[in-house]
Amino acid sequence: MKKNIIRIIALAVLILPGACGQPETGEQGAGATGSETVEISVVGSTTVQPLAELFSEAYEAINPSILVTVSGGGSSVGVKSAAEQTADIGMASREIKDSEIQDCPEIVVHTIARDGIAIVTNPDLDVDGITMEQARGIFAGEITDWSEVGGVAGMITVASREEGSGTRSAFEDLVMSDALVSELAILQPSNGAIRTTVASTPGCIAFISFGYLDNSTKPMAIDGALPTAENVSTGSYPVVRPLNMVTYGEPTGAVAEWLEFILGEDGQAIVVAEGYLPF
Amino acid sequence: MTSGIRRTGIEKTMKVVLLISALASVLIVVLIFLFTMKEAMPAFREIGVWKLLSGTTWRPGNGEFGILAMIAGSGLVTLGAVVIGVPLALCTAVFLSEIAPEWIVRIVRPSIELLAGIPSVVYGLFGMVVIVPLIRTIPAPGNAGYGLLSASIVLAVMVLPTIANISEFAIRSVPRGYREGSLALGATKWETISRVMIPAARPGIISAVVLGLGRALGETIAMIMVIGNSVVLPTAITGNPLSIFLSRARTLTGNIAVEISYATGVHESALFATGVVLFVLIMLVNSSARFLLNKGAH
Amino acid sequence: MNKRSRTQIAAFGMFWLAGIVAVLIMAFVVGYIMVKGLPGITPEFFTTSPRGGLSGDGGIYSTIVTTFYMIVVTLAFAAPLGVGAAIYLSEYSGNTDKRIIRKLVSIARFGVETLSGVPSIIFGLFGYALFVTAMHFGFSILSASLAGACLIIPVIIRTTEEALKSVPAGYREGSLALGANRWETTWKVVLPAAFRGISTGILLSAGRIVSETAIFFVTLGGSYRVPHSLMSGGRSMALHVYYLAMETRAFDKAMSTAAVLVALIVVMNLTINVITSKIATKQG
Repeated sequence: MKKNIIRIIALAVLILPGACGQPETGEQGAGATGSETVEISVVGSTTVQPLAELFSEAYEAINPSILVTVSGGGSSVGVKSAAEQTADIGMASREIKDSEIQDCPEIVVHTIARDGIAIVTNPDLDVDGITMEQARGIFAGEITDWSEVGGVAGMITVASREEGSGTRSAFEDLVMSDALVSELAILQPSNGAIRTTVASTPGCIAFISFGYLDNSTKPMAIDGALPTAENVSTGSYPVVRPLNMVTYGEPTGAVAEWLEFILGEDGQAIVVAEGYLPF
Repeated sequence: MTSGIRRTGIEKTMKVVLLISALASVLIVVLIFLFTMKEAMPAFREIGVWKLLSGTTWRPGNGEFGILAMIAGSGLVTLGAVVIGVPLALCTAVFLSEIAPEWIVRIVRPSIELLAGIPSVVYGLFGMVVIVPLIRTIPAPGNAGYGLLSASIVLAVMVLPTIANISEFAIRSVPRGYREGSLALGATKWETISRVMIPAARPGIISAVVLGLGRALGETIAMIMVIGNSVVLPTAITGNPLSIFLSRARTLTGNIAVEISYATGVHESALFATGVVLFVLIMLVNSSARFLLNKGAH
Repeated sequence: MNKRSRTQIAAFGMFWLAGIVAVLIMAFVVGYIMVKGLPGITPEFFTTSPRGGLSGDGGIYSTIVTTFYMIVVTLAFAAPLGVGAAIYLSEYSGNTDKRIIRKLVSIARFGVETLSGVPSIIFGLFGYALFVTAMHFGFSILSASLAGACLIIPVIIRTTEEALKSVPAGYREGSLALGANRWETTWKVVLPAAFRGISTGILLSAGRIVSETAIFFVTLGGSYRVPHSLMSGGRSMALHVYYLAMETRAFDKAMSTAAVLVALIVVMNLTINVITSKIATKQG
């Protein structure tokens, strides 16, 4: 009896990986023909990830034969994965660096949406707006008390994404210029964790992607302009970056179809509904 | 005859196959170490080992890679966990091995086993929603709850089972005669425990604590979720030197987990160097635990 | 005399307190997770997959499937190696005079001990660099389970070796005396007798895979879809807790998922305890 059980287990152990290992991964360029399911792998920026997940769900409702798997990893991993062709599409929440294009000139960048970066504070705070100069001072750790920017006296706690994050590098480019984000800042590895930190910590200030704005944090005006889609489109709110998808070479087949959907009316409707800006 | 040859053939083949499996662990360890080392070499070469270890600034964007702040962070959070967790773990071990009636043991021990089984991400979540808000209520400028103290408390609970289990085992392994002799000589039960049993089990207890240290140094996910991750040498935030535990920090493990997916080039290599430092640190800690354990056995 | 007994009472009070505190900590952590998590657990929670985007809506169906795949594939790599290693260390290493074999055995033991001390993020780092990047497996079940296997191999070796050691020597002697060679003895006599013990080890390592987050955080990718092949990425239940807590505001869903995880661990611990006590009664 027991002998048989062991044999069955041993057999199962040998067979299962084979059974799971049916190669179904969609090669880039494979067309979505007939009932065959094509899998598109999308990897990269955790900021673009939630949006890409919504695109994939909406698209599957229209075209069930294309299955899009979205993984995180970060903007750099996204670009690298596309360049090395370990993924069909890489996601990046910042401009593609010159060095990345030099490393792999074949990559093609598709801007699928734009995203504002909002400065948000704890909702209990009485400061509604700051200047760009003050923002720089606060995040650099030079301005440390809310009374210095017209608020009730209280210590400023800065929270930021970690170095290397697409959101942070976009914020540094657009706001900090040459100044550095204070070493004392709380560093959280995701936009969501930043939002939770700001929402629960008195006197806390941070920057997050527009898509993460909700009533748990208070958006702050920069030079009088609140972080809204309208202000971005009129150009009065300056802190905007592109959300990109990167492919190796011009996309074909299922990948091209999916990107077309994203850039089309339905895709862009999702972009707007989630609080981002159409490309 | 042929079946005899076949049987011997299988026997010999299996012997080799099994030997290879037995050596697989060594191969994995060597492979991991060499691979991590190889990936870390560019950082060691370009930054310099000393500069990497002693640098207090970590700004990959500016090409500054010093991991002293992370070493301090790992060290302090582990220290905090030990200070909070060890007394509790040791008392629990003595309680389980010497004092508790059988039916109590049957409640306490599975409870500790369960603590050991709870995933670290669940501890992290618990820390985020329970411990961090609690610590935030301590009035001190700049205290946001996230920091060494929150992380130490979470970590203390996480290493409690390791330390308690191994210490309990060490105390139980003390020969019966020791206890009986002491009691026969008129010592009270407490005198027997404190003067005979614990000293006799000391090497085992110390190695339990050291193994707990090793576990604490290696913890990642729960730490990321509660420690604040700032790359800065922790300093006291008020006049009280203990307030150093209210400051934020980053652990070596957290540095790897938070940044690995963004890193390229020297930055990536510096993270592997962080891995090498962590690896060596934990090897030192664990081998000293093993050394103590073996010394105790003789 | 009076002082001595008073000291004893004080000391014993402290030990009782420690025992009670240990139980209370467990009760508080588990109780908190359960109280916050159980209300959100409905049948739909198990049968629907997480929704995309930032809402944190949906259930945990696909994460259960991914967790199951991770257990199966990781064990497929680790169990044969681990059990094989334990068989060698327990059954073959003793009866040899060859110095080289003895040396190899001590090296093997050193390897197992070292491996069991390596923190999981190192396996993650290694898995990320080797399997995900260098070998181009990408974020996938394959990459993650290869890295995960490193974590559980020492667990399987240790528990299997204990199980094999608990098989009475008489079994082996009897079988060998009847003319069976060592492998036949191991395969037909020792392994079946140690079956329960080995299965607790396998269960224990399955629990480690269920709980593991750091390795999978850097190797599994985090796609919330049901994986379709070894090369698909995925999101295990533990990883889902991390994503919910760090990316969304759905702390209620995070708590519910954590409650399922903790309940699963409780069931696994109980099963292990039942099997272990059965072994004890059988041998007692």
